[in-house]
Amino acid sequence: MKIIVLLKRVPDTEAKILINSEGSGINEEGVKFIINTYDEYAIEEGLKLKENVGGDSTVTVVCMGPEESTEIIRTALAMGADNAIHICDAALDNPTPDMTATLLAKAIKNNGFDIIFCGKQGIDYDMAQTQAFLAEKLDIPQVNIISEFAISDDNKKAFLVRSIEGADEKVEADLPVIISCNKGLNEPRYASLPGIMKAKRKEIKKLTLTDLDSSGVPAEKDSTIIKWLSLPKSGECKIIEGEDFGEKVVELARLLREEAKVL
Amino acid sequence: MNYQLNEEEKMLQKTAADFANKSLAAVAVESNEKGEFQDDIYKQLGKLGFLGMTVPEKYGGVDFGNFCLALSIEQISRVCASTAVAISVHNSLTNWVILNFGSAETREKYLPLLASGEVLGAYALTESNAGSDIGAIQTSAVREGDNYILNGSKLFVSTGDKAGVVIVFARTDTENRKRGLSAFVVEPDFPGFSVGKPEKKMGLKASSTVELVFEDCVVPVANLLAEEGKGMLIALSALDGGRIGIASQALGIGQAALDEAVKFARGRVQFGRKIIDFQSTKWKIAEMATKLEASRLLVYNAARLRDSGDISTKHVSMAKLFATRAVNEIVYDSLQIHGGVGYTSEFLIERLFRDARALEIYEGTSEVQKLVISREVIKEYDRILPD
Repeated sequence: MKIIVLLKRVPDTEAKILINSEGSGINEEGVKFIINTYDEYAIEEGLKLKENVGGDSTVTVVCMGPEESTEIIRTALAMGADNAIHICDAALDNPTPDMTATLLAKAIKNNGFDIIFCGKQGIDYDMAQTQAFLAEKLDIPQVNIISEFAISDDNKKAFLVRSIEGADEKVEADLPVIISCNKGLNEPRYASLPGIMKAKRKEIKKLTLTDLDSSGVPAEKDSTIIKWLSLPKSGECKIIEGEDFGEKVVELARLLREEAKVL
Repeated sequence: MNYQLNEEEKMLQKTAADFANKSLAAVAVESNEKGEFQDDIYKQLGKLGFLGMTVPEKYGGVDFGNFCLALSIEQISRVCASTAVAISVHNSLTNWVILNFGSAETREKYLPLLASGEVLGAYALTESNAGSDIGAIQTSAVREGDNYILNGSKLFVSTGDKAGVVIVFARTDTENRKRGLSAFVVEPDFPGFSVGKPEKKMGLKASSTVELVFEDCVVPVANLLAEEGKGMLIALSALDGGRIGIASQALGIGQAALDEAVKFARGRVQFGRKIIDFQSTKWKIAEMATKLEASRLLVYNAARLRDSGDISTKHVSMAKLFATRAVNEIVYDSLQIHGGVGYTSEFLIERLFRDARALEIYEGTSEVQKLVISREVIKEYDRILPD
């Protein structure tokens, strides 16, 4: 079985995100980049499926992103993925989900696939669109935000659970299918030391736009980010101390009049 | 500063950090409060490969070496220094000694068990009258046919009650103080082996420290390491690695103490200002961070030297002396920034403060490190200066 896992390089959840001075993006200085948190569940589910199905199953990680993405790709390989495809081209400037999905679809088609796992959304732009576009481009069913996964004995049907507001939804889908994973699906494994050793020898296939033949990729963006704006700073809270309630009210009135100037 | 970590070293550091932040952090507070050794944590560490870091692949290890071991111990110690004790002893002392001084059969018998974490290793050197002065060891080993018979007791044995393999140093020659020591691989189910009282320690409470007692303990001749009389040499050469481990613990504790100090000072308001805005706090933070950085450079350099095969005794002792002294100053300043609450167990700094104190004592006191460093330095001058 050919198992594909999609991977995205995103800023660390703990990083403080600051807008750059031009308002054209985030200030990346000192920001650590990690595997998109939801993609970790996708990797784990892909690896579990491989262990479960056995035979000559392979887990191929597919990542589109800058050169530096190699670091997270290696980590996925150290967790146990067999090989990787890295779509990397300097000409790619903040591609839309449509563009991304077109290129991913080309690479995945060339590689062959039976099932695709990805995170339910990137924790950077939070668009959650790439998987939907990709399902369309590959003409396969998609099931999103799943919290349980199982596969039929003949490996032809996926049994899925989606946790929706107040209930669980049970879904069956025919393979090939693309599945986006939610927190709670599994407990992602750590990259073990022997895994790290082995990852060194695993293949990362690099693909540029030329390698992929960019026909079919939308020439223009269907939506463009015009400007990034910082959130307004929340005001500081002032607590009026004291024992006497009356005095505190007087003080409150004075502050509202003299400092806040709202009275 | 990135310390020139390569891709694998970064990945290993990340695995160690992730494990510390998730799996270990989930149990660290409670196990330190209750003084409980976490068997399960070591099972997980074994599975991930952290217990075979100096063992070649053919014996089931991953052979990442001393530098990667230092990175791992640092990350683990940031969250629980007690857990790092056994990691250090197991890798740098037990595994290393068997790998370097064990016969082919001994290596094949014990290393796969140890490297996979199926059993933990311990190192029984210290006695009540033999601390820094290991030449004063009194535990005896007398050859009888195919066995040695061991008698005596060992103190402060880390993980001694949990280990499946213990390296025991005993006297095979009562005449020769230095060359009369020998090292043995002892299993806890050998007849005559027993665990004595556990120590009630000031810190490192989630690490188990016990007395081991040998009463006519029967050890097969095959379990003698190298040959009779090599005990002192084995003990001292292993300690170079062990000392890097302890110095790495200092890095982890120091980083945690600095993190805690800054976090606390950013939130604490006195006299209408955050205390991080006071110069007295800023200066402490500058001192702490600089001491930590200097420690890190010394420790990483010593570890890399040991990996490269260079004789690193002086650099290792310098790293241990400096880093373990520095961390005690760092936890002192961090606690001072915390003020009164830092003296309560509500805040992590209280545990860090207690844990750090052991570092200047075990695996060679600071005084012993100075002895080693001065001996090496003076020797270097003797070689170039006229008599």
